[in-house]
Amino acid sequence: MKIVLLNGSSTPIYEQIMNAIKENVKNGTLSAEAQLPSVRQLSRELGISILTVKKAYDGLEAEGFIVVRQGLGTFVAPMDPNLLREEKQKEVEASLTHACQVAKTIDLGETELVALLQYIYEGDACNEPN
Amino acid sequence: MNQIEVAHLRKRYPAFSLEDVQFSIPAGYITGFIGKNGMGKTTTIKSILSLIHYEGDIRFPAGAAPFSNQRIGVIMDDSFLAKDWNMHLVNQAMKIGYDNWEEDTFFRFLKRFRIDLGLKVKELSRGMKIKLMLAVALSHRAELLILDEPTSGLDPSMREEFAEILLEFMEEEGHTVLLSTHITQDLEAVADYIVFIDRGRIALSLEKEDFIRYFMILKGDGDAQAKLPADAILGRKSGKYGVELLVRRDALDAVPAGLTEDQVSLDRILVLYGREMA
Repeated sequence: MKIVLLNGSSTPIYEQIMNAIKENVKNGTLSAEAQLPSVRQLSRELGISILTVKKAYDGLEAEGFIVVRQGLGTFVAPMDPNLLREEKQKEVEASLTHACQVAKTIDLGETELVALLQYIYEGDACNEPN
Repeated sequence: MNQIEVAHLRKRYPAFSLEDVQFSIPAGYITGFIGKNGMGKTTTIKSILSLIHYEGDIRFPAGAAPFSNQRIGVIMDDSFLAKDWNMHLVNQAMKIGYDNWEEDTFFRFLKRFRIDLGLKVKELSRGMKIKLMLAVALSHRAELLILDEPTSGLDPSMREEFAEILLEFMEEEGHTVLLSTHITQDLEAVADYIVFIDRGRIALSLEKEDFIRYFMILKGDGDAQAKLPADAILGRKSGKYGVELLVRRDALDAVPAGLTEDQVSLDRILVLYGREMA
C-alpha cells in the first residue's frame, strides 16, 4: 500500500488518506478482505495524529470502503462493483464540471462543447489504455 | 474518559497568577498545551504533578494518578537526576524509585539515543539530557507522559525523532500524552487536542482541527478592519503597508473587501493572539 501526504495541499490530511486508500483499492493493491493497519499503527507510520487517521477510517467506513470487525480489526470491504462504478462516475462528473466551468469563462457554447467531447471520446487519446 | 481533569485551578504569584484554569485531557490521545512563555504552562503542569501548592481541583478519572503514583513519565526543565550520576547510577537510582522499572528497556533507549553509559548527567548536552529523561520516562511502564517544553533546544531532526517516539508510545491503547510547548510546529502533525493558555487563563480548548478552524487570518488594508465587528478581532499586527488580523471565524459572514484570507497555523495564532489589543 502506498500513501503519500502533502502538507502544502489544500485537501485536508484525513481526506488525502481516504483518497490514497481508495486509490489502493481501485488499482488492486488492496484487495477485498485485506486487513488495514490499526488506527494507531497508521498514525505512527505516517507521523500524524490519531484523530486524523480515525476521521479517515470513519469516512471510509461510512462510504462502504472498509468494515470494522470488533476485536479483529479493519478490513477492505467485500468489493461491490456498483460502488467502484459510482466512484468512477463521480470522477467523470468532477472532470466534466471543471471542463464546463473553464468553457464558460471563454463563452464556449453547449453545442461546441458537446461536439468537442464527441471528438475527444472517439479520439486516440481517449481509447488508449491508461 | 478523561485522564486529567483540572477545575478552578488558582495560583497566585506577585507578578503572575493562574485564574480559574479549567480543562481536561482525554485518555488515549496527545494533547498539546500551548501558550507563549510566561503564560502559565509550567505552573499548571507543576500543579498537576503536585510539585507546588495550589487552590482548586485536579483529578485523574482514568486511573493514573498524581505524581507519587508510578504511572506518570515526566520531562521537566529542572531534571530530577543528580548531576554526577553516570548512566549506570541513573539506572540504579530509578530501580529503587520505580516499582516497574525496566532496566532492559532503559538501556535499549540509551543505545538507540547513542548515549554513552560512562557519561555523567552534567556532561550531556541539552538535547542528550532530554533524551535521557525520555528514556527514563519510557522505562517504567508509564501510561501518562507529562512533558514540559521537551523540544526547546532540540534541532529539527531531533524534534522529528521525538515526535516519532511519542507516536510509538501512543500505539498502546490507553496511553496519554500532555505536552506543553511554544514550538507549535511539533504539534501541528501529531496532536489530537489543543489547550491554549494565555495570561493565566485558558483561552480555548478544542480538538486540534476545530481549534485551527476556530480562527481566521486576514491580511490587507489597515482601513478595511473597520468593516469587521469589533468583537471579531482577537489580535493584530499593523505594519506600514498593511495589517494582519487574527479573527474569530464564526463572527463574520464574509471576508470584507480589502482583506484576504491566509492560512492559519498554530504559530500565527500564538504570535497574533492578544497583540495590539490593549
